[in-house]
Amino acid sequence: MNVQLTNRSKPVDRRPMNWVERLYLINIFKGMAITLKHFFKKKATIKYPEETRPFSKVFRGLQILNRDEEGRERCTACGLCAVACPAEAITMEAAERQEGEEHLYREEKYAAKYEINMLRCIFCGYCEEACPKDAIYLSQTFTPANYQRKGFIYKKEDLLIPNPVTDPEGYQKALGTISREKEGV
Amino acid sequence: MYLLAIDWIFIIEKLVLIAAIVTLSMVVAMYATYGERKVAAFIQDRIGPNRAGPLGLLQPLADGGKLFFKEEIIPLASSKFLFILGPLLAMVTALLTSAVIPWGSSMTIGNRAVPLQVADVNIGILYVFGVVSLGVYGIMLGGWASNNKFSLLAAIRGASQMVSYELAMGLSLIAVLMLTGSLQMSVIVGEQYNSVWNIVYQPIGFIIFFICALAETNRTPFDLPEAENELNFGYHQEYSSMKLGFYLFAEYINMFISGVIMATLYFGGYDIPFVNEANLAQRIGENWVALLTFLTLMAKALFFVFVFMWIRWTIPRFRFDQLMHLGWKRLIPLALANMIITAVVILWLKK
Repeated sequence: MNVQLTNRSKPVDRRPMNWVERLYLINIFKGMAITLKHFFKKKATIKYPEETRPFSKVFRGLQILNRDEEGRERCTACGLCAVACPAEAITMEAAERQEGEEHLYREEKYAAKYEINMLRCIFCGYCEEACPKDAIYLSQTFTPANYQRKGFIYKKEDLLIPNPVTDPEGYQKALGTISREKEGV
Repeated sequence: MYLLAIDWIFIIEKLVLIAAIVTLSMVVAMYATYGERKVAAFIQDRIGPNRAGPLGLLQPLADGGKLFFKEEIIPLASSKFLFILGPLLAMVTALLTSAVIPWGSSMTIGNRAVPLQVADVNIGILYVFGVVSLGVYGIMLGGWASNNKFSLLAAIRGASQMVSYELAMGLSLIAVLMLTGSLQMSVIVGEQYNSVWNIVYQPIGFIIFFICALAETNRTPFDLPEAENELNFGYHQEYSSMKLGFYLFAEYINMFISGVIMATLYFGGYDIPFVNEANLAQRIGENWVALLTFLTLMAKALFFVFVFMWIRWTIPRFRFDQLMHLGWKRLIPLALANMIITAVVILWLKK
């Protein structure tokens, strides 16, 4: 049976080599022509610090906790993200909003503690899909390297996006292109 | 200026020339390391060093600095004197060959003709061979003094490789010597100056010479004494810091010098192609022509250095028995045949 997956396969020539072929010189020149061709080819390198490679549209990176347009935290500590998380990376503690804290939290309940263990997280994006309040997004940044395991447990301070009222520039930067599209901004 | 019956100006002239040539070889070797990395990168569709200085041009300085400041280790069980002597010998023999090469047509300074050649000895090419064969001591001593069986094995391989390829090299050269009738480098160049380059008469001889030059300088595909993956770095395994640097540096100097020698023997030396130097000298002056001829020789030599690198990134390393097979059973008979045919043709044409 002769199944061809591509039409590039060549039958193997098993004849003994003749004298010219055994000299290898012609084949060496052929090889050198190939390497010389590569000498003039366009380079694939991305000069990293100056140029960065754009992330794919579907890239899922580090999570952010979003705020609304007035700068209030969206998260109500419902725990759906933690339930949805297959790696069980998310833990949280809820607290009740007090009088005078309306400018800080959008709903009556908020997350007093919110942690994601980035060593466990598999960046599946289920938390983002589970969230009924559009509070958690996967942004387009990597988890930076760290010397200690505890450095990978991201607290609320690490996850919370900059306030759009006081720091609009940082807010836009943290949103990234994809989440900005989702926000419709 | 004669003092004590010694021509002092002559001595000063030669000293300046030696200093210039040694410096030139060093600088070329330095930038050959940079060039090698660039060529490698370009052939592999990369960019290569580009961080140190514009286009990475300061990279050789950074590398050199790193080598100087690294910790220097001399193995306890090594024989210390020979251990230090090894890289020195490699370096010295690499530099010695440059003495008999005519680097350009002669200059006139004051009313004194200054040939751009340190020593125009009448056995020039024999001297080159003599010194090149001493190069094996650098490798051999390095491998032996390290007191490491891998280094020793690699050194033995290096030595046997150099011995076997030197034969074919010498034989291929005899054909050239029969054409010119002289061992003197300046005469060999002069002969090509007035007629055509030797490569026209001796293409096979040149190919043999080129292959042997690759083997003599321990360049891929014949870099068996180094063999990172089989003998973990071969003869310079125990070397660190600048002593290792000397070995690596000597290889690049060897490469440059053998490029110069190939240009001299087969490609007309400092002859500028399609230009009548005598006419040019009347128009722009002798010294400028000397400079131009020197630059021509450099261009030819650097082209060969590039070809060496090009080959390195094309052909994989030979197995040792293949190397020996090629040397003894292919190149030596071929060189002999080439020699005999040349001899017959010369006799036939003269009759």
